[in-house]
Amino acid sequence: MGSYSSELKRSKDSDESARRSSFPDEVLERVLSLLKSHRDRSSVSLVCKDWYNAERWSRTHVFIGNCYSVSPEIVARRFPRIRSVTLKGKPRFSDFNLVPENWGADIHAWLVVFAAKYPFLEELRLKRMAISDESLEFLAISFPNFKALSLLSCDGFSTNGLAAIATHCKNLTELDIQENGIDDKGGSWLSCFPESFTSLEVLNFANLTSDINFDALEKLVGRCKSMRVLKLNRSVSLEQLQRLLVSAPQLAELGTGSFSQELTIHEYEDLESTLSNCKNMHTLSGLWDAKGIYLPALYPACSHLTFLNLSYAALQSVELAKLLAHCPRLKRLWVLDTVEDKGLEAVGLNCPLLEELRVFPADPFDDEIVHGVTEAGFVAVSFGCPRLHYVLYFCRQMTNAAVATIVQNCPDFTHFRLCIMNPGQPDYLTNEPMDEAFGAVVKTCTKLQRLSVSGLLTDLTFEYIGRYAKNLETLSVAFAGRSDWGMQCVLGGCPKLRKLEIRDCPFGNAALLSGLEKYESMRSLWMSACNVTMNGCRLLAREMPRLNVEVMKEDGSDDSQADKVYVYRSIAGPRRDAPPSVLTL
Amino acid sequence: MEKSYDDTNTEKSGLRLKDTELRLGLPGSESPEREEHDQNVLSLKSFVSGAKRGFSDALDGGGKWVFSGGSGGGSEGLFSPRRGGNNNGGNDLSGSDSGLGGPVLKDGVAPKPLVVQEKKSQVAAGNGNTAPASKAQVVGWPPIRSFRKNTMASHPPKNDNDDDNAEAKFGSGCLYVKVSMDGAPYLRKVDLKIYGGYKELSSALEKMFSCFTIGQCGSHGVSSRDVLSESRLIDLLHGSEYVLTYEDKDGDWMLVGDVPWEMFTNCCKRLRIMKSTEAIGLAPRAMEKCKTRT
Repeated sequence: MGSYSSELKRSKDSDESARRSSFPDEVLERVLSLLKSHRDRSSVSLVCKDWYNAERWSRTHVFIGNCYSVSPEIVARRFPRIRSVTLKGKPRFSDFNLVPENWGADIHAWLVVFAAKYPFLEELRLKRMAISDESLEFLAISFPNFKALSLLSCDGFSTNGLAAIATHCKNLTELDIQENGIDDKGGSWLSCFPESFTSLEVLNFANLTSDINFDALEKLVGRCKSMRVLKLNRSVSLEQLQRLLVSAPQLAELGTGSFSQELTIHEYEDLESTLSNCKNMHTLSGLWDAKGIYLPALYPACSHLTFLNLSYAALQSVELAKLLAHCPRLKRLWVLDTVEDKGLEAVGLNCPLLEELRVFPADPFDDEIVHGVTEAGFVAVSFGCPRLHYVLYFCRQMTNAAVATIVQNCPDFTHFRLCIMNPGQPDYLTNEPMDEAFGAVVKTCTKLQRLSVSGLLTDLTFEYIGRYAKNLETLSVAFAGRSDWGMQCVLGGCPKLRKLEIRDCPFGNAALLSGLEKYESMRSLWMSACNVTMNGCRLLAREMPRLNVEVMKEDGSDDSQADKVYVYRSIAGPRRDAPPSVLTL
Repeated sequence: MEKSYDDTNTEKSGLRLKDTELRLGLPGSESPEREEHDQNVLSLKSFVSGAKRGFSDALDGGGKWVFSGGSGGGSEGLFSPRRGGNNNGGNDLSGSDSGLGGPVLKDGVAPKPLVVQEKKSQVAAGNGNTAPASKAQVVGWPPIRSFRKNTMASHPPKNDNDDDNAEAKFGSGCLYVKVSMDGAPYLRKVDLKIYGGYKELSSALEKMFSCFTIGQCGSHGVSSRDVLSESRLIDLLHGSEYVLTYEDKDGDWMLVGDVPWEMFTNCCKRLRIMKSTEAIGLAPRAMEKCKTRT
């Protein structure tokens, strides 16, 4: 470094008056290439022109949170050396069928540009994008270095597309297909991996329903010695699981198939011993239809588990309790509410290191069910797990007092998503609104980044949020509030707000327009079934030309009503691929 | 555990006035999906009129051996999500997205009508919007991803009330029912719990019984799947040779596909692939049964 420092001194002397960075570009780029966080990189790029350029040349991964906020051409122009892209498309409420079909977010236009500008692209991670089989095939043949494909909540493709990937991507290390709207035409795609192919490290096809060619899978797993993540689908039986694990004891993440096949004692023991050989396992999921009697086979593999996903296994409280006794290191736990409060008590007792808990409803659409979890379970967990900072909790009853206790026990919440499943339900003991509950959350949890509210809520909840939730980035609201004032409080407070999604609330044009200046600092706003009118939206669009204001009309609704509004900032201008049901204002 | 139609349909005209008085939306708002129901109604009507009804009639725009009604485009027919915003390819079985009206705002500040489906007096219970719950159901609520919704719907976790599974082998693990096909030398058994919906069941049965059908159309000795393409089998079925029926808890033989999948798996005791010549007269009974329950 000796010669470098003298060179630096020389250039510093000569440029003293210029006061700009005198790092040679290559050095600066080298330093900046170590920066991984895209937010840090954004900050860096704002320092000065030199840094902007150094940053853009050294960036290899680009994260685009809203595919319509920018165009692929703009991205390619700014970042010439990208190898990895993460793209998100549809608004989150599309997960719940609130977004019309053919809404957009098609990946193809992006792929065409990438094929031209980033021929060495290695990774593509998509969330809520539309991707066709043709696009998958195009991807497979256009990028010879392609390594990792991750599709989450995407739709528009079938297993034929996966076959194309398997056939052509010679360097594939990751194929991660999660929770997509996939047209499952059968499991033959797995056989498309050539015999010579050995590089796969991550394989997740838990989403698929049809039988796969087990023989092909077994051979594939056998020859991919670096495989560390394997998530099977339900069609894989226990016996087949055991065979796979024999050739892959090094797995760090395992998603089992169906956990309910009838086993002989001998087969059970084989399974148990094979599982106990999996010393690296830190994540376990799958366990479809898990039968209590087979769970003990897992115990030896659980000692290092940090993430246990039981959200497809309808366990009872006792079964869960016994299992958790073997998982002392657990940090993340996803369960179904079949475990009930008693199961959650066991969580509190056995998992002191727990940081994340998600409780999903087994029967969300059935009110007659009196099972499920209540506020008691949540409170029990909070007493036993002080490190809890992420919770997603579906329940049928809650009280303000319980939530106050919970956040007192766990003040470090960053993500608090509470879903009281009956819309507009008050505190079931006092019959009051749940305002004080969420007030307690925002007052106590100063690190709160994400909040989902539910239950009977007046504008007071939103006053609290606006006043106290200084780090809040994402807010989801449904069936809440009394007047425009509620939404105005949020838009007026919450300096870090990026995503606001609202449905079925009495917020109208005044509320919408109060956020005029705010929306450019946010990623997006969603409002559906509120009181916003077309005129309000047109006014917004007129005043803020750098926002895209899109309205989705429903058949048969009043012409003046803006049924669903999606507003987002964009440097790409209004989009041109919107279907007829989406009006761009 | 079976939710009777009676409960559901007494709710159909109304908003359920529960403890929660907070409501949104105007009752009586019609849902666009009505036209879809009308399609179903039409197809059932043609059935009643005695027209020989193969599976092709059970859907709009045939092509596949799918049961009862459909909005095409791969959605699961009766239970398509409200928006038709079916982001999930074929398997979206969200009977949950149907609604019977919605909450109304207490203060009279009535905002947009809630996006629900108002169910008026519809003809057949076959329009399976009557989701198991007896309460008004709201589109996209609770906010559960479609994938999870469908998975849990098709494989409801068993709590205590599991006794209804007549042929259940293991208890809570699976639900095996016998499947017989007219003319086939032996029966098969299928586990209803492993299927996500009618579409999957139908493809599985197609595969299972295709060998028999080949024999019937005279392709002797040709039983390999390679030769019989799926479309050919469908053509055979399209030719309305067979109809899939099931025996329910009451011992009645019903046409498969009329009721929501979960309800079907709960009350199906056995399946029979019946020659359509024998199936005439089946539907009117099915209709009647639905009427009495409606």
